[in-house]
Amino acid sequence: MTDRALAVVRAGALTTVQDRGRPGHAHLGVPRSGALDAPAAALVNRLVGNPPEAAVLETTLNGCAVRPRSAVTVAVGGAPCAVTVDGRPAPWGAPVRVPGGALLELGPARSGVRSYLAVAGGIAVEPVLGSRSTDLLSGLGPPPLADGAVLPLGRPAGPHAHVDTVPQPGPPAELVLRVTPGPRDDWFSTDAFRTLVTRAYRVSAASNRIGLRTEGPALARVRAGELPSEGMVLGAVQVPPDGRPVVFLADHPTTGGYPVIAVVRAADLAAAAQAAPGTPVRFTVVSRR
Amino acid sequence: MRVLPVGDSALLVEVSSGEEAQALHAELLRRRAAGELTAAEIVPAARTVLLDGVPEPSRTAARLAGLPIPRVLPRDQEPIEIPVRYDGPDLPEVAALWDVPPKEVGRIHAAAEFRVAFCGFAPGFGYLTGLPDRCHVPRRPTPRTAVPAGSVALAGPYTGVYPRSSPGGWQLIGSTDTVLWDPARVPAALLAPGARVRFVPVGAG
Repeated sequence: MTDRALAVVRAGALTTVQDRGRPGHAHLGVPRSGALDAPAAALVNRLVGNPPEAAVLETTLNGCAVRPRSAVTVAVGGAPCAVTVDGRPAPWGAPVRVPGGALLELGPARSGVRSYLAVAGGIAVEPVLGSRSTDLLSGLGPPPLADGAVLPLGRPAGPHAHVDTVPQPGPPAELVLRVTPGPRDDWFSTDAFRTLVTRAYRVSAASNRIGLRTEGPALARVRAGELPSEGMVLGAVQVPPDGRPVVFLADHPTTGGYPVIAVVRAADLAAAAQAAPGTPVRFTVVSRR
Repeated sequence: MRVLPVGDSALLVEVSSGEEAQALHAELLRRRAAGELTAAEIVPAARTVLLDGVPEPSRTAARLAGLPIPRVLPRDQEPIEIPVRYDGPDLPEVAALWDVPPKEVGRIHAAAEFRVAFCGFAPGFGYLTGLPDRCHVPRRPTPRTAVPAGSVALAGPYTGVYPRSSPGGWQLIGSTDTVLWDPARVPAALLAPGARVRFVPVGAG
């Protein structure tokens, strides 16, 4: 292996390689995958001069630590966290030069869930179906990071961005998810839909890259039985038999047999990716564009 | 045919039977190839076809509403042949459900011509239709925690081949060495929706 590589010192709770995913293969049962907070991943790529499709690292709640073999430019974004290089504080949301052999650490998320680490040149693991993303549902792409793993890096494409800093998102007090009804709202009582868009939910600790699970009032069906398996979209609010809505995120299954009562606007899914367990969730109905 | 809006950029087209869904899927693929339809994903399923990544869904929905669906499925591709050893652990149960001797199961299964109705569950896992109605079987009451890769299995109207080892509740009637899914191969999935398939008995079956 060349010296353009990153050694994983502390993998963290769950750190994965992510890019823009592998859309276009849903008909083969392949989830789209990709960074859950896509705008944050795009921003850190821009900060280090990477093209938007470059692969970054996505951490979960407690950060990670890596050691580049040679000097690299990095940027950390997404969930705000402490950034240190060999123990010395470094800026979050700005390009940082890390000397070869130095220890780059991302601390626990101060708010939010997922921090993003871009390295100039991108994480250059072998792509699968055009993407380097780890797909936790189907196991495509590289495995989640493990202590001691070594990740190859690509060649830097261009100069990094000249910015002083980017704004840090404040801690989200409440996750507001705008939904359009359907396609299977007719499987539920009108009371159930009203419950969804008026009552308080919370983010469940069982949430993951496949779906944002919620705790709150159960949604009652008016139709029994199973829905014949049908195609699922990103942001689908699927209601399993326990009645608690699940919002499908990037690693969602391509087909499913539980009815979808509503669909969350794509623009609200980045916030969903950053909503820690216990965060209040409010679904609000909007008209279709 | 019903066209249901799904969020801001998708449509779910619902028809009344699996055969109609397959015909609709073939027609939508043809229209996309001809430049008459824009959709990032065309995902067939049991009774529906999902169009995702549609730029103007309401306009597309209006155009789809009166769409004539050809009754005959395209037969332009040769069937994909999958060699099978009919040696699955659920063969006796399936034989009992079909009311035939166990050695007849493979013969009946291999005599049918299958088509991939849709994929799901795992990359490269196809839901194949083609068995006569009387050969439809329920899932096992308790799913297995690990079904070996290459297992040929039945559930409901469908036949499937497990692309890799995974949990599963289907009735296992045989096994194949054919690689169903290989991300390094082009195409990665042996079975795509619409493909015709035949199972060819091999070995002592």
